[in-house]
Amino acid sequence: MAGRPGRRAVPYVFLAPAVVLFTLTVLVPIGYTVYLSLHRSQVSGLGLGRGARTEVFAGLSTYREALADPEFWRGALRVLGYGALLVPTMIGLALLFALLLDRPRVRLARFSRLSIFLPYAVPGVVASLLWGFLYLPSLTPLPVPDDLLGPGLLFAVANIGLWGGVGFNMVVILTALRAVPADVYESARLDGASEWQIAVWVKTPLVMPALVMTSIFTVIATLQVYTEPTTLRPLTNSLPSTWTPLMKIYSDAFERGDIYSAAAGSIVLAVVMLTCSLAFLRVIARRGFTGEQR
Amino acid sequence: MTRPSRLAAVVLLIGAAYCLLPVAWVVIAATKGSSELFSTSTFVPGGALFDNIGRLTGYRDGLFWRWAANTALYAGGGAVLSAALSGLTGYTLAKYTFPGRGVVFTVLLAGILVPGVVLAVPQYLLLAKLGLADTYLSVLLPSIVSPFGIYLARVYSAAAVPDSVIEVARTDGAGELRIFLAVALPMMLPGLVTVFLFQFVAIWNNFLLPYIMLGDDRKFPLTVGLVTMLKQGNAQPALYNLVITGALLSVLPLVALFLTLQRYWRIDLMTGAVKG
Repeated sequence: MAGRPGRRAVPYVFLAPAVVLFTLTVLVPIGYTVYLSLHRSQVSGLGLGRGARTEVFAGLSTYREALADPEFWRGALRVLGYGALLVPTMIGLALLFALLLDRPRVRLARFSRLSIFLPYAVPGVVASLLWGFLYLPSLTPLPVPDDLLGPGLLFAVANIGLWGGVGFNMVVILTALRAVPADVYESARLDGASEWQIAVWVKTPLVMPALVMTSIFTVIATLQVYTEPTTLRPLTNSLPSTWTPLMKIYSDAFERGDIYSAAAGSIVLAVVMLTCSLAFLRVIARRGFTGEQR
Repeated sequence: MTRPSRLAAVVLLIGAAYCLLPVAWVVIAATKGSSELFSTSTFVPGGALFDNIGRLTGYRDGLFWRWAANTALYAGGGAVLSAALSGLTGYTLAKYTFPGRGVVFTVLLAGILVPGVVLAVPQYLLLAKLGLADTYLSVLLPSIVSPFGIYLARVYSAAAVPDSVIEVARTDGAGELRIFLAVALPMMLPGLVTVFLFQFVAIWNNFLLPYIMLGDDRKFPLTVGLVTMLKQGNAQPALYNLVITGALLSVLPLVALFLTLQRYWRIDLMTGAVKG
């Protein structure tokens, strides 16, 4: 490296575009959101004319108001219910398909694998459009109940999430399965274990890290659910614009024009997601450690 | 041994049928005219596919194809820029030692944990202050930095570009930028194709960002365009046919891209992190 003196600046020049863009599109917006969440708009006099609305420091009161809003909690409950439906089904089916694909000599395995992974290439909006039409009793070939987009809405949205994500998670788990050397199973086979027993007692524990990872990714995706209900809204009357917390943030910011509430809501949501991500990293770190010991 | 294997195949085929059903439905529904859509049996194809495509093309002077071009620009252009930036940044972090390297890498990597969806509203407010809201740039700029892409490019260049090759190029008197462009970049290309694909799908799937940023429907990508069309469908059910045809046309190129570039879908790169 002892060359021209200018060479020392090279890495900084090369990093500059990424650092500048990252600062502009990630760091500054985060700082701005925190700033907004600690302020509120104050109306002076009759609230008419320019300058009648000023921004004043509000401390944590915006957070208190956001957390006291029953609509926020209704949205949080819906997301909780949605996650309770989606996460176990998604991971369970992804694991089942991956274990079946990993068995020796299964007919049409390649076709099944590609077909199940295919929805990953379909954007959430288009997936929601397709299922939205399939939910309409006048259009569908399926025996759907008339009121699926009413009381059954949670199931309807969870099904779209499942359809779009099960294949991706299946491939992640399958990749983990394929990384296990085949001789690990040989001794179990020699002991007379059936393929089914090997799947449950040998393979499933081995891919536990992949299961944890896919579960946490699914939980994080669940917390951000937005596209599917927003796309379904035109097809039903039973979907309020504040159906999920993220939809409420959007509606606070752009329909009610209250960017301060929206900022506080964003921070709350981000903290919850960050907690999930950190839990994920801790699990990974622990798994990785035991993995090295093995 | 044979019996359970058959059961495995059957279960997998049920899964495949579930995943293919909506795709099969949209292919058939797109062939039906507006009167047939609600009246004929679902899986009987109609003969109106080209009529539907024609009417979709005619919709507000070819707005649909403008959305398609916009999508290609946002997802294609954004993913190319993202892969290029990830390549340069990942290569620099892997191949140079300099004060501050650890800090930059940690801060960029922490970006993976920042949920993009909660950034969209403040990004809009800031870009609006700069007068950039409702422009192509407002969707492109936030799509270029990909912490995950930078991480992948760093791992990939550490493995694929030998230090000795860089040293030889230096002794030959090549400039640092030239070494990156002519020597390292070609070696990193397969890894960057993977970054491109992940980012392409991520941008194309990101509905919230363009939905928030854009007001002028001539700048919409397909996803936002189709949703606004669906909203109008309440008043004009004839638009449902166009939405269905549009959904089919917008899925086809992605499925083609996905099937032809299969070998670049390196999901093992993501799971590699799990094995520690």
